Amino acid sequence: MAVLLNRRTRVIVQGLTGKIGSFHADDMKRYGTNVVGGVTPGKGGQVHQGIPVFNTVKGAVRETGAEASIVFVPPPFAADSIMEAAEAGLKLCVCITDGIPSQDMMRVKRYMLRFRYEERMRLIGPNCAGVITPGQALMGIMPGNIYLPGRVGIVGRSGTLGYEAASQMKALGIGVSTSVGIGGDPINGSSFKDILKLFEDDPDTDAVVMIGEIGGPQEAEAAEWAKHSMRKPLIAYVAGLSAPKGKRMGHAGAIISAFGESAQEKVEILRDAGVTIVPTPSAFGTTVMGVLEQQKKAA
Amino acid sequence: MDIHEYQAKELLSRYSVQIPRGGLAYSPEQATYRASEIGGGKWVVKAQIHSGARGKAGGIRICKSDSEVSQAAESMLGRKLVTHQTGPKGKLVSRLYVEETVDIRQELYLGMVLDRKSERVMIVASASGGMEIEEIAEKQPDSIIRAIVDPGAGMQQFQAREIAFGLGLENSLIGRAVDTLLGCYRVFRDFDASMLEINPLVVTKDGNLIALDAKMSFDENALFRRPEISELRDKSQEDPRETFASDRGLSYVGLDGNIGCIINGAGLAMATMDMIKLSGGEPANFLDIGGGASPERVAKAFRAVLADKNVETILVNIFAGINRCDWVAEGVIKAIREVGVNVPLVVRLAGTNVDEGRRILAESGEKVIVADTLAEAAERSVEAMRAFAKSKKN
Repeated sequence: MAVLLNRRTRVIVQGLTGKIGSFHADDMKRYGTNVVGGVTPGKGGQVHQGIPVFNTVKGAVRETGAEASIVFVPPPFAADSIMEAAEAGLKLCVCITDGIPSQDMMRVKRYMLRFRYEERMRLIGPNCAGVITPGQALMGIMPGNIYLPGRVGIVGRSGTLGYEAASQMKALGIGVSTSVGIGGDPINGSSFKDILKLFEDDPDTDAVVMIGEIGGPQEAEAAEWAKHSMRKPLIAYVAGLSAPKGKRMGHAGAIISAFGESAQEKVEILRDAGVTIVPTPSAFGTTVMGVLEQQKKAA
Repeated sequence: MDIHEYQAKELLSRYSVQIPRGGLAYSPEQATYRASEIGGGKWVVKAQIHSGARGKAGGIRICKSDSEVSQAAESMLGRKLVTHQTGPKGKLVSRLYVEETVDIRQELYLGMVLDRKSERVMIVASASGGMEIEEIAEKQPDSIIRAIVDPGAGMQQFQAREIAFGLGLENSLIGRAVDTLLGCYRVFRDFDASMLEINPLVVTKDGNLIALDAKMSFDENALFRRPEISELRDKSQEDPRETFASDRGLSYVGLDGNIGCIINGAGLAMATMDMIKLSGGEPANFLDIGGGASPERVAKAFRAVLADKNVETILVNIFAGINRCDWVAEGVIKAIREVGVNVPLVVRLAGTNVDEGRRILAESGEKVIVADTLAEAAERSVEAMRAFAKSKKN
C-alpha cells in the first residue's frame, strides 16, 4: 500500500471552510482522496462543498471514523489544531500551514510525548507540500499529474524541488510509491529518518530519493541510520551548495552547530554512508534511472 | 528579527538581569549629556548596530572626559561600521549607547538558542567569555556547559544552579546567577526570541553579576503576537533590497552576483542557484515568491530583483502546480510590460499546462528566452548575461 496513505484512508480537513482549505479539499477529492469530513469550530452541522463540517476533531472522528487529518488553519491557530488532532486519536496529521512560531511547534512536540509511541499520531510538516500516493490519494497541495504511480519513494523538505524530481522521473517513465514532504521549518513532525524507516519496511517501494537542504541535523542523522539499517538503495540531493554563509548575530548558533550542517558537509556525510548523490538538480531522473538499472542487473 | 543592544538590555532589566547604567544618544551633544547624567569619570560609548565584534572594529570606546565622549560620538555617528559579522558593506551607526564602566573580575559567556537537534531551547555557558568564545567552543568543547529546557515545564531552578556552579562562581553569587539565568529564559520565552546572548556576563570586583553586552533575535513568525518587539525593528540595519522585498511579502536575500532569480519555493530556489553556479554564473539573489505565482507577486518580484543595479540577466523558474503554467506565463508577460525589463530574461516553466505556457511566452512578442529544463535555463542565463555584459562595454 505504499506508505502513510492509500485510497481507503479516511481523511478530514481542518480549516475546510477557509479559502485555501476549500480549494485544496476539492482538489484532493478529485484526485481520489477519501475526504469524509471537515472541521471548522462554529460551523458544525453545515455541509460545505458536499463535505460534512464538524465543530471538533473528536466529533468528526466519532461520526466519520476518520484516521487522518490535513491542516490548513492559519499560523496563529495551527499548533492548537495539531494538538486537537493528536488528542482525538488520529493516526496521521499533515500540516500544510507555513509560518507557525517555533515555540508553538516546541509545545506541539512536547504535547505529543504524552501518548505512548504506538498510539502517537504521526505528524508530517508543518510548512510542507503534503503526502501523495500516486494513483490513489493526495493529502497535500502538490499537482497530482506530475507523479506516475510506481515503486520509488520520495522524501523532501521542499515542495517545488520535490515536484522537479518527480517530473524528471516521470519523463523517464519512473513512478513513485509515495512522496512525502516533511517541510522546511526548523522544528517538524517527522524527520528524514522517520520516513526512510517507513519506506524501508514498505514492500511496494524499491528505492528512495531524499531531497535535503542546508541547515539542521536531519540529513546527517538519516545518513547514519541508512548506513547501518537501510538495505534499499538511497539516492540524495542537497540544495544550497552555492548558498553563502548566513549573516549572523552573536556566537550562540556557531557554538551549538555541529559538523554536517552545510550542504557540502551533508553531501560528504551521505556519500560516506554509501548514498548515491544526485550531482545536479537537473539529474534527479537520470541518477534514479542509473540506480534502478544497477539494481535490476544485480537481481 | 534582530534588535539593538540597548533594546535587549531594557527587556532583560525588566526580568531581574542587572545591567550597567546607561543612556541612548543620537548626537555628540546628547552623548556628553548622557555621560554627565550617569556621573563618574569614565564611560564607554558603544555604536548601536545589529552585529557583534564591534570592539575590534572601533565601535566601542572607553572615554575619560566629556570631550573624549563627544569625539568618540563624532567619529562613529553617521559612519558605517564593518565587523566580521556585518559583511564588507558594514552597517550604519545612527544611535550610540553611553554607559558607566564597571571593574571586571571575570568575563563569562551566556547564550540561549533554539537547538534543532533536541528541538528545544538550549542554554550554553562558559567560564571564559569575551571575544574568543567560538575558538574556545571549537578547541575545548567540553568546557562549554549546555542545558536543555523542557518547553512544558520551563527552565528549573536546579538547571540554573547547575550552570552557576559549573561556571565556578562563588557561593555568594549563586543566587544572583540563578535569577539572571531564569530571567533570561523568561525573556526568551515570553517574547518568542530565537537567540539571546550575553557576552560578556561579568563578575565585577565588588561582587556583582552584570550583563555588559546583550544581543537578541526574534522569531519573525511570532511577531504577530509581539507588537512590542515589532516596534523595535530598525530598517536602517537591513539590506535595503531585503527590506523592500520583505515589506512585500517576498523572501529575498541579496547576494553579490549578477543573475537575478525569481523562483517559487525555497528548495527549488537554492537548487536553481546551485545550477547557475555550476554553469559558471553567480546568482544576484535568493528569491522565493511562495507557492502561488500570481501576476501581482511576479511583478513585485521583478521590481525587487531590478532594484539591484548589478543584475544583468533575470532567470525566472516557476514550477506551476495548482496555478497552471498558462496563468503564470500571462502573469510574467503582464509583469514585464508593467515593470519594464531592460536586461535579458530567461523563463523556464514546468508543471501543469506547460506547453500552453511556453506558447504564450513565445507569441507574446516580448524578448523572452524560453528554456525547457533547469540545466538549460541556467546555461542560457549565463550566456545571456555574458553577451549583455559585453554589449554594455562596447
